[in-house]
Amino acid sequence: MEKIPTLSYIRPFVSTRNACKLCSPLGACIAIKGIEGCVPLIHGSQGCATYIRRYIISHYKEPVDIASSNFSEETTIFGGENNLKTALTNVINQYQPKAIGITTTCLSETIGEDVPLQLSNIRNDSSNSNLPSLFTISTPSYQGTHMDGFNATVLEIIKHFTKKMPSADKVNFFPGFVSPADIRHLKEVFIDFNIDAITLPDYSDTLDNPVWEKYYRVPKGGTPISELEQIGSAYASVELGSFTEVKQGGKNGGKELSAATWLENEHGIKNHKTILPIGMNSCDTFFDILSKVSGKDIPTKYVMQRGRLLDSYADGHKYIFGKKAVVYGEEDLVLALCSFLDEIGVEVALAASGANSGKLQKEIIKHCPEHGKSIKVMSDSDFEQINEECNLIKPDFLIGNSKGQYIAKNYNVPLIRVGFPIHDRIGGQRVNHLGYYGTQELFDKVVNAMIEYKQNNSPIGYKYM
Amino acid sequence: MHIDHTTMEKIIKERSTQVHTIGTSAHDLDCEKKSLAGSVSQRACVFCGSRVVLYPIADALHLIHGPIGCAAYTWDIRGALSSGPQLHRLSFSTDLRERDVIFGGEPKLYTALTELIEAYKPKAAFVYSTCIVGIIGDDVDAICRRVSAEQNLDILPVMSEGFKGTKKDGYKAACDALAKLVGTDNEFQAPPFSINILGDFNLAGELWMLKEYYEKIGVNIITCLTGDGRIDEIRQAHKASLNVVQCSGSMMHLANEMKEKYGIPSIKVSYFGIEDMADALYEVARFFKNDEMLQQARDLVSEEIKTLLPALAPFKEKLQGKKAAIYVGGAFKAISLVKALRLIGMETVMVGSQTGNKDDYNLLKKLCNEGTIIVDDSNPNELSEFVKEKGVDLFIGGVKERPIAYKLGIGFCDHNHERKEALAGFEGMLNFANEVYASVTSPVWKFFKR
Repeated sequence: MEKIPTLSYIRPFVSTRNACKLCSPLGACIAIKGIEGCVPLIHGSQGCATYIRRYIISHYKEPVDIASSNFSEETTIFGGENNLKTALTNVINQYQPKAIGITTTCLSETIGEDVPLQLSNIRNDSSNSNLPSLFTISTPSYQGTHMDGFNATVLEIIKHFTKKMPSADKVNFFPGFVSPADIRHLKEVFIDFNIDAITLPDYSDTLDNPVWEKYYRVPKGGTPISELEQIGSAYASVELGSFTEVKQGGKNGGKELSAATWLENEHGIKNHKTILPIGMNSCDTFFDILSKVSGKDIPTKYVMQRGRLLDSYADGHKYIFGKKAVVYGEEDLVLALCSFLDEIGVEVALAASGANSGKLQKEIIKHCPEHGKSIKVMSDSDFEQINEECNLIKPDFLIGNSKGQYIAKNYNVPLIRVGFPIHDRIGGQRVNHLGYYGTQELFDKVVNAMIEYKQNNSPIGYKYM
Repeated sequence: MHIDHTTMEKIIKERSTQVHTIGTSAHDLDCEKKSLAGSVSQRACVFCGSRVVLYPIADALHLIHGPIGCAAYTWDIRGALSSGPQLHRLSFSTDLRERDVIFGGEPKLYTALTELIEAYKPKAAFVYSTCIVGIIGDDVDAICRRVSAEQNLDILPVMSEGFKGTKKDGYKAACDALAKLVGTDNEFQAPPFSINILGDFNLAGELWMLKEYYEKIGVNIITCLTGDGRIDEIRQAHKASLNVVQCSGSMMHLANEMKEKYGIPSIKVSYFGIEDMADALYEVARFFKNDEMLQQARDLVSEEIKTLLPALAPFKEKLQGKKAAIYVGGAFKAISLVKALRLIGMETVMVGSQTGNKDDYNLLKKLCNEGTIIVDDSNPNELSEFVKEKGVDLFIGGVKERPIAYKLGIGFCDHNHERKEALAGFEGMLNFANEVYASVTSPVWKFFKR
């Protein structure tokens, strides 16, 4: 058996070889799963829904139902409105959802489907009473990545549900595309600060449920619609991520907008924006924001978590100092991981993403004071480019989703699995990345991976580290 | 648009003809229909059908012409092993962007194809059309012909636009592409008793086990379509005396075409379970009307069974009377699974498939006990209802069915193309029993309220 072919030289390619990104309807579906009682429906071919389901299910190990309007050849020629109606009827009768989020695809976008108009026809048809809330997001797969789909959906949800209401003692929290465990942890942090937060999206239960005595067609959990309606009345927003702006095809009048910036513009809600809190620096910033927003000191629980994390930095720093890391994935995850690795003395040799915002390099330099300038940043890249770069870098470890496993195997170095997807292990949905708490888990993993590698390749017994 | 909030329908009305309970339903099972919009079918699309069938051809370049999703979701999708090259395990895409959609994707396809052939030196290339290619009107054929002439390489367009039918139409598009390769090597002289294996994908090395059995009884395999597949072997496939077809849904079209064009007859077999595995060997020996071969097959089977049956006995003892639900891609596999389960004492109470045809379902009706639910093109809602209603101990299915079973505290056996354990052949039967046993009798279920 031969090895998977790897080029021993670097040359430019027009094609994408082992994509380090997914298409935007996938991100949209995950965000839609974060609303209570909401079912995603993909307006396109059956395959889109099935592939995306399979991909999401394999990570979260949960039933994930995504409906499809099942385009056929006739639909493609004559338009999808009737299919959309049939699909909605069937989804409503089968799932009795509170809302249905309809995402488009390359197919429906290219034939020029006007889904907002179709939905408005359906809403205006007097024979349709008791309709669930219907909203739609434009997610052609030829634009951007799954993150654009995710962020566009969060923005669209806000626009769709927000109502003019008297101001409320609430804070909007936009965690971004993080693990269910992360969402659970951060929600708890908000509670401990006594902040009444509306978290969007909140798939901490819907994509990580306990076992069921009976089968739920629509899993429990998610942000209640009644809360979404109040989002415009909050007194502050906390938004995680530097790459949350949506810049899809002339939408929003060509402006780049995130859900939180839209709320700032339209409702005057102050947005507190920071990168994903991974590592001491970015966690400090995050906790300071919460302190400021709540007017309260950081609770002792988190002061202790911070202290323990710092304590472990002392215990573990030597084993990782100067180690060369390759980081890949979504831009926000890559940025936060770089910031974390930079502060603990790891040299990030390569930071790669399939996305292409054009801002990654600048952000990395800003958030990585130690080695930021020497980090090679590759945007719009793929796994084979990463693989070929590794040949020159000779990294000590890789950190990213499970799809880079073959590269780690190629160079016989550890892969620290983070983010999405983790298809080859259980527990991807339970990986903690964020806060002092999540950072602790990551730090221990990184240090132990380096020790284990040394131990496995050493004549010394290593009964002690 | 009729919206009914009062009745919690177990099954969408339009789907009721695709569900049959043996002994109680008067109607024939309806199948080979397009999936209903909004029904969360477990099926995929035309492209998926083509992609999974051609994927195991290991020395070919597989280039997916479309936006990135179609390539990303099918990267290294099957556990199909290759004894040599591993080019099939890379996922190549033209990764079409908005610009390409507006101005056409042909220039990008041309460059992508050319650069990849130069870099990876494949034996041939398959170019898959996805939904959008059908809409923007790229002339994929013309680009393939042009690059083919320039690079002196066979480049086979696969017309697999997702919306142009069901997964089955994708199988056909794949067969059409293969048919262009078959018969292009006339130098080759086939040894006597040569066959092709159609519809095995060498998941977890299953083909290698089958190959060994066939070689032991004196049968030579020219090529397998497509498990551990090689372009040059496929070119010689027309020299075989017989096509032995498994997973008939995917490959029957090619078998029929080879019958028409080269006069090669075909037989349908299955390699799952002792009975069907043994029959697969006997049928081939009978086809060659060779007594010695038939005797060798009998010897082989009795030799295998001598160790296998005692090895299965303890599993059967523990699994006796347990109930199973089956939902897989092709119904032919479901038929074998019903028999294999019986062999280890288990009864099938629900069985269904994504793409079965009337014959398959009629066979299932004969094979299963009264009260068994038979279902075509099902969905998570129905499947969860059926397994609850029937109180099953085991669900056999693929990735999308797994969480349904686990959420309800039911054992699960992965019999989809992502499986890591060889389940075909005699050895596979033992693995199958072991896997079923491990899941059904695990003590963890004791914590679940059943």
